[in-house]
Amino acid sequence: METIHTDVLVIGGGLAGLRAALAARKRGNSVLILSLVPPKRSHSAAAQGGMQASLGNTAKGAGDNEDVHFEDTVRGSDWGNDQEVARLFVHTAPKAVRELASWGVPWNRVQAGEREAIIDNRRVTLSEPEAAHGLITARDFGGTKKWRTCYVSDGTGHAMLYAISDQTIAEGIPVHERMEAVSLIHDGLRCYGAIVRNLIDGKLVAYIARATCIATGGFGRIYQSTTNAVINEGIGAAIALETGVVPLGNMEAVQFHPTAIFPAGILVTEGCRGDGGLLRDVDGHRFMPDYEPEKKELASRDVVSRRMEAHIRSGKGARNRFGEHLWLDITQLGALHIDHKLREVKEICHYFLGIDPARQWIPVRPAQHYSMGGIRTNAHGAAYGLSGLFACGEAACWDLHGFNRLGGNSVAETVVSGMIVGDAIADFCSSSGGDMHLSTALLRECADKVRAEFSAITDNHGPENPAALLGAMQAIMTDKVGIVRHGEQLAEAVRELTELEARSRQIGLRNHRPGANPELTLAWRLQKMLKLAICVAHGARQRTESRGAHFRTDFPRRNDAEWLKRTLAYWTDPAQLVPSLHYEALDVRHMELPPGWRGYGARDAIEHPETAHRMAQIETIRAQLATADRHAVQDALMPFRHLLPRHLCGDNARPGEST
Amino acid sequence: MIPLLRHGKPDGQPRRLTLEILRHNPADPASVPHLQAYEIEEAEGMTLFIALNEIRAQQDPSLMFDFVCRAGICGSCAMLVNGRPGLACRTLTRDLGERITLAPLPVFELIGDLSVNTGKWMRGTSERLQTWIHNDTETDLDAFETRMEPATAEAIYELDRCIECGCCIAGCGTVQMRERFVGAVGLNKIARFRLDPRDTRSDEDFYELIGDDDGVFGCMSLVGCHDVCPKQLPLQTQIAFLRRKMALQGMR
Repeated sequence: METIHTDVLVIGGGLAGLRAALAARKRGNSVLILSLVPPKRSHSAAAQGGMQASLGNTAKGAGDNEDVHFEDTVRGSDWGNDQEVARLFVHTAPKAVRELASWGVPWNRVQAGEREAIIDNRRVTLSEPEAAHGLITARDFGGTKKWRTCYVSDGTGHAMLYAISDQTIAEGIPVHERMEAVSLIHDGLRCYGAIVRNLIDGKLVAYIARATCIATGGFGRIYQSTTNAVINEGIGAAIALETGVVPLGNMEAVQFHPTAIFPAGILVTEGCRGDGGLLRDVDGHRFMPDYEPEKKELASRDVVSRRMEAHIRSGKGARNRFGEHLWLDITQLGALHIDHKLREVKEICHYFLGIDPARQWIPVRPAQHYSMGGIRTNAHGAAYGLSGLFACGEAACWDLHGFNRLGGNSVAETVVSGMIVGDAIADFCSSSGGDMHLSTALLRECADKVRAEFSAITDNHGPENPAALLGAMQAIMTDKVGIVRHGEQLAEAVRELTELEARSRQIGLRNHRPGANPELTLAWRLQKMLKLAICVAHGARQRTESRGAHFRTDFPRRNDAEWLKRTLAYWTDPAQLVPSLHYEALDVRHMELPPGWRGYGARDAIEHPETAHRMAQIETIRAQLATADRHAVQDALMPFRHLLPRHLCGDNARPGEST
Repeated sequence: MIPLLRHGKPDGQPRRLTLEILRHNPADPASVPHLQAYEIEEAEGMTLFIALNEIRAQQDPSLMFDFVCRAGICGSCAMLVNGRPGLACRTLTRDLGERITLAPLPVFELIGDLSVNTGKWMRGTSERLQTWIHNDTETDLDAFETRMEPATAEAIYELDRCIECGCCIAGCGTVQMRERFVGAVGLNKIARFRLDPRDTRSDEDFYELIGDDDGVFGCMSLVGCHDVCPKQLPLQTQIAFLRRKMALQGMR
């Protein structure tokens, strides 16, 4: 078997992987990126509406800062996230936007003077300050107190991905395209790289690395109805899970985006609602204010999706030949705005629906969109359980998002976590932990294991068809592990998925095409995807509360007293049917923002016994530091800068703030 | 946008479509390029993405093709649809006749059937044309970003929208004669960086990259690229503009 050596192996060529690769390369390491597809085709390109960073340049962003972004993110997560990580993130996001600007991202800019906008179905005139002219502008997004989402029309992810990918080309970082990591090389303690399958010729190659970083994105394709690209099958997370020692965190935390076009499931950006678009029902009635008087269409995604599904169930859905849906109305934004700021939306509506969104309403229904869960890491991106293994971006459970991610926070997370984790990888490589002694026997065993996996499929002449099993899995996930969950259905889902898993070992391939046989690829991936699906369904079944995107009709309240904790799923024994679940408590005593009401959605949470005490403590600290600046107060509540690389520690310049 | 031609179903019965696909597997020494026909029943809203996946799931699991976003934004699925380069994922079958011919994009290395290696070609072009911002100033990440006129940012984005799908290369006359021609995708990128005030390169630098027959002077102005670009990039005007600038530079 061919063997390739590198200091750092990055698995995944999307924004997170590319940015982590750049960080590690700039510190002098040899870096190599593996990608299923050419990096510029990664799912990062599909991020439309924008990236959150508290620049505070615009009239509606005035007064924004890291503190406000932090609170929005924690509330958005329904207190399920890691607050230290949220602090690292909100602090670094403005730096990431500015770095991307220097790399060529054509961020839309502030035009000084008066301009018209639509807010809450009313035409208003905003006056942008002269001093901000030419700085990066921002639009409104769901679950945020300020207009904070920096954007490039509605092709933000595309522009970011091209700029960063071009930087990796400038740095001469090789990308081995159409390569799929199929197993990690490890001894249960340390990771030494990966066994990789070439998707052109089907051959296996060993990539040996001192540090390995998984940045393979989410696993939306375990669902039938998803906005995710077809490559988002979660294989990176699955090979980490299969080590038996690396846990996946919060796999039951799955986001459904309110506005996927119906029935194709293609995303239209939250920017539609951020810019003033409305949701309407079969009667043309704008129903969101009935449910969410505070934030209306711009409550967090979990809340809006849930309200939409409930509204459809109440009989108010519109109907076409594919089923029920609701309407997204952006006609009031006007053709000029749509032509400049929502051009992808216009194209998608034109090509896939045959409509003009400046004149016609868009049929939408929530669809799976984002995986909050993934490879559990610490704040530096180091995976639990294996030294030398890192993860970042959607593949990771870093845990910025908890049980619901805010729009604009994931594309921001990709680059921010890439910066931070890439630097941590370089630290690791220059420490004694980065030294490595790999035995050829271990390499041979790992390779043999992979060969056995593939030959078990090719040599089996069973009755099962992988495409049919894939479809069955996706239907179970959408029907029974979707937006609204119930214990009985979840139990059924777990049972049915485990049955499918057994059947996936009885596949008979119908063709034996030389090279990378797509049927073999599908059959192999299916077994991994089923394990992820079981992690999601089993984790959801065991979590007897509702939190963020995980909503159970049989346990409708958020239960901080019992469930303020993160699920860790381990697949220790290859023969086990469901993962072993462990739980990691979130410590209220150290939270900067103890659990409370989110400002939207239900307000009936069961309180954690420590919350009142921590609240009182925080009040005391704030009173003592009444005259101190906000950074000092924050530092007293929950210090985080010790977790950052030194070059990212500085305060961010912002209009109206001195630095 | 291109007006769409809709094929009606006068009797209300779904159409039977025949997809003739050019098949070849370079990994198989016995493989000979040939057209293979598949019949499927048309469904409401069916795209070539849906049709090809249905064929692979139900009729022929060996069929190779590339899709990623299936939303017309990633550029993976460009192929010849009835001889014309286009994005398969957003091509609706109702806009086509009952016989549909699909072939891989020419010029690019064939991986198998409809799958071609555009990534390798694009990376090579990026390296050759140095398609990144050239600027030696160290950016202070804590400080305000450099200001830019809003209209300038929008003009850059207009050209930055290229998705490297390869349609312009497949539709290019020059590429047929000059293997190293950078094509509209390459020239558009130069136009994009030339427009960007953050890139410190001068026309003299750009002339070094595209001031020859493999660059802007190789274009024969057939503008097939412009006609087939799925993002409707203003390729014709950009190439003409760039040629004028580079000619002026060449005469200095």
